[in-house]
Amino acid sequence: MISNELVDLSRLQFAVTALYHFLFVPLTLGMVWILVIMESVYVMTGNVIWKDMTRFWGKLFGINFALGVTTGITMEFQFGTNWAYYSHYVGDIFGAPLAIEGLMAFFLESTMIGLFFFGWNRLSRNQHLMVTVLMAVGTNLSALWILIANGWMQNPVGSEFSYLTMRMEMTDFWAVLFNPDAQAKFVHTVSAGYVTGAMFVLSISSWYLLKGRDIEFAKRSFRVAAAFGLASVCSVIVLGDESGYTVGEAQQTKLAAMEAMWETKPAPAGLALLAGINEAEQKNDWEVEIPWVMGILGTRSLSKEIPGIHEIKAKNRERIVQGIKAVSALEALRANREDPAAKQAFERYKADLGFGLLLRKYVLNVNQATPEMIEQAVNDTVPRVLPMFWGFRIMVGLGFAMLVLFGLAFYSTIRSSYQQKPWLLKWSLWMLPAPWVACELGWFVAEYGRQPWTIYGVLPTHMSVSTLSVGNLYGSLAGFIGFYTVLLVVEMFLMFKFSRMGPGSLGTGRYQNDISPHTPVTSA
Amino acid sequence: MFDYSTLKIIWWLLVGVLLVGFAIMDGHDMGVGTLLPFVGRNDVERRVIINTVGPHWDGNQVWFITGGGAIFAAWPLVYATAFSGFYWAMLLVLWALFFRPVGFDYRSKIANTTWRSVWDWGLFVGGTVPPLIFGVAFGNLLQGVPFQFDAYLVSTYTGSFWQLLNPFALLTGVVSTAMITMQGGSYLAHRTEGIIQARTIRATMGAALVMILAFVAAGFWLQSIDGYRITSVVNASAMPDPLSKTVVREAGAWMANYGQQPLMWLLPALGVLGAAVAAVLVVMRHTLIAFISSSLAIVGVIGTAGASMFPFVMPSSTSLASSLTVWDSVSSHLTLGVMFWATMIFMPMIIVYTSWAYSVMRGKVTAAYIRENDHAAY
Repeated sequence: MISNELVDLSRLQFAVTALYHFLFVPLTLGMVWILVIMESVYVMTGNVIWKDMTRFWGKLFGINFALGVTTGITMEFQFGTNWAYYSHYVGDIFGAPLAIEGLMAFFLESTMIGLFFFGWNRLSRNQHLMVTVLMAVGTNLSALWILIANGWMQNPVGSEFSYLTMRMEMTDFWAVLFNPDAQAKFVHTVSAGYVTGAMFVLSISSWYLLKGRDIEFAKRSFRVAAAFGLASVCSVIVLGDESGYTVGEAQQTKLAAMEAMWETKPAPAGLALLAGINEAEQKNDWEVEIPWVMGILGTRSLSKEIPGIHEIKAKNRERIVQGIKAVSALEALRANREDPAAKQAFERYKADLGFGLLLRKYVLNVNQATPEMIEQAVNDTVPRVLPMFWGFRIMVGLGFAMLVLFGLAFYSTIRSSYQQKPWLLKWSLWMLPAPWVACELGWFVAEYGRQPWTIYGVLPTHMSVSTLSVGNLYGSLAGFIGFYTVLLVVEMFLMFKFSRMGPGSLGTGRYQNDISPHTPVTSA
Repeated sequence: MFDYSTLKIIWWLLVGVLLVGFAIMDGHDMGVGTLLPFVGRNDVERRVIINTVGPHWDGNQVWFITGGGAIFAAWPLVYATAFSGFYWAMLLVLWALFFRPVGFDYRSKIANTTWRSVWDWGLFVGGTVPPLIFGVAFGNLLQGVPFQFDAYLVSTYTGSFWQLLNPFALLTGVVSTAMITMQGGSYLAHRTEGIIQARTIRATMGAALVMILAFVAAGFWLQSIDGYRITSVVNASAMPDPLSKTVVREAGAWMANYGQQPLMWLLPALGVLGAAVAAVLVVMRHTLIAFISSSLAIVGVIGTAGASMFPFVMPSSTSLASSLTVWDSVSSHLTLGVMFWATMIFMPMIIVYTSWAYSVMRGKVTAAYIRENDHAAY
């Protein structure tokens, strides 16, 4: 039997490497469009300061991009190395968007980024701008395909299980492609990336303005970031609400946990703004509730009910009991593919197969599951409420704080008054970590909230891992943490160094702190 | 459009094309990484070398990513079994690859010799370890790998990491590393001049020679190791079910395909001749044709390994029926079809814009170029 320790370590390793990868991805997604905006102004006006802006912010973009690439390869490897059964069970559907991501997006962005950095003297202005635009399109398309893959994990459409191949098989590629979960997630996630890019440029530009350095350069950068950031943060919030809505349809469990809705409330349900969550007794000790809001956001109606955790668990208990029959029939079919009775039973219960498999965490022969095991499996079907509830609230709170900041920043750029508002510049500087915290929490709520499944309702996390020894996992986890710590230190060092140097690091002679054209190489 | 059995064959060919594409494209910048600390003796020389691949390594690396993704999509059982079975080997490849993006991008951002030297050796590791391990992995595939499936098709690998480092596999590791070094060398000779080019030419010749000797030796050795043969009737269009066949293990089985298809001898011949011609041409400084010839040698070598094993992809040495073949480790008919069309649409586009990128950056990279672009070049 697969040990719980192996499963927990595999999950930990995936979480560590995915969260780490996602430190770099949002900045790439957003900054690339800021580069497009800056370079477009350069091409339209011919004013060289806009070219310098593109090149300087491009330098910081490159430092970040390098680690995005480095940590991205890990993600591609890890499904195979640590989630082998998952890869087999759903590779028929999940592998396709990953491969198309490579063909359609990675090739484009990675080829163009080389020309972006090295092509300034070899391409005409228009050609170079085209390269930058294609690089932006490539990065954003890669987000599309990976979120199609991820959307399918949350809402597995367009596929069905085959007992002959013992896996899920694709039945409708277009359904996988136009999965509503994937579409909402894509726009929400890339918008979050745009906010991250805008916040990065806004913060560092504010710092230059506070220091009174490279004013013309910093002012223009601040303006671009404020306008782009305001548009993006509005998009995040609206589209976040849209993902909340689709969550309501496909994954009521996640919604119930996120909102700490233990009981099904009469429609339209109120939204618990804050709550004292009592996980042990499965209730909230106190709540600050806004009436109606939850029902309207979650169902887009005044009359539909949103099921609470207790109702969901009761439904899942029935599905697990049915699922036992599906698993038994499947095992009979694996022993004899032609067994007519087993075929009939399997057809009847196969919709609940995934729920039956949940019991394999406790017993290999699910027919021997005791009532206690079934009860444990039922409890497993809802993730812990406390981290979901607060993770979600902190993310949303940061989103609104950034909305206010970008609103004020944009308003002051119209009035051209931001240089006289050191408090606004300081606030912009100190808010720098906010989009990263929000992005990581967003990942957490979406993926932790899917537990105990890797593929919702289809494949339990517990079954998805590779049959490795626990020692292997400790070794690889230590290796990842070691490598990633060193890489992060190096990356931050370079980021701080070049941010402090500012546009003078381009060596054009047009900015403060300019470095000489030939820096001699020194010994340590 | 295509029936299932045809698509299974097409995908065997396409995976081959992607692996060959990876070895030709990412291979040449990995080979440049292997040569870097030896051919470049001071900072400017090393920067010249790095900048020959500077604008292209990232795009080239996508051949690797896409190859992995395509195996995931087309052969999910192979992806799952190989990546989890070769756990530490895969992690070594991965961790070696970590040094490349940061090595290229960060190295010249700080003007300090220790800093730069560390990243130079990082680029060496990132260029040398992956081809070495892939060569070792192929050597193990040819001998069979200890894994088995249960009725749920959960795969369990029963070997160890050290077991992968057996003599035959180390020899194929040498073939692969020398081949990639030759590929990198013939590219580097094309993009440099003077003393760097002269050193590169000598190294390329040496690598080609080692590759030929090791490849021929591995070929003779192959005849005496146990190959695998399917003994049950193959229904090529059946739903993939690896456990439903029977397989035997016997000496010389990998030579059987050559008996049935004598034209297959062209593949090992291409491997040897391509490398020999590349070595001669690079000395005569016909560097572009030498690079093409070296690329053809790669087609020959990888083609030889793949075709010898056909229809096997990953034979199991401990549970013969669990062996993975072109017929029973594949995705569904629909997925293979979708992936086929995606490849047909995007691959020509990739080739067009990659060629354009190389033509924009064409010409020799020189010390003068590095001086003029001190803050922009790698």
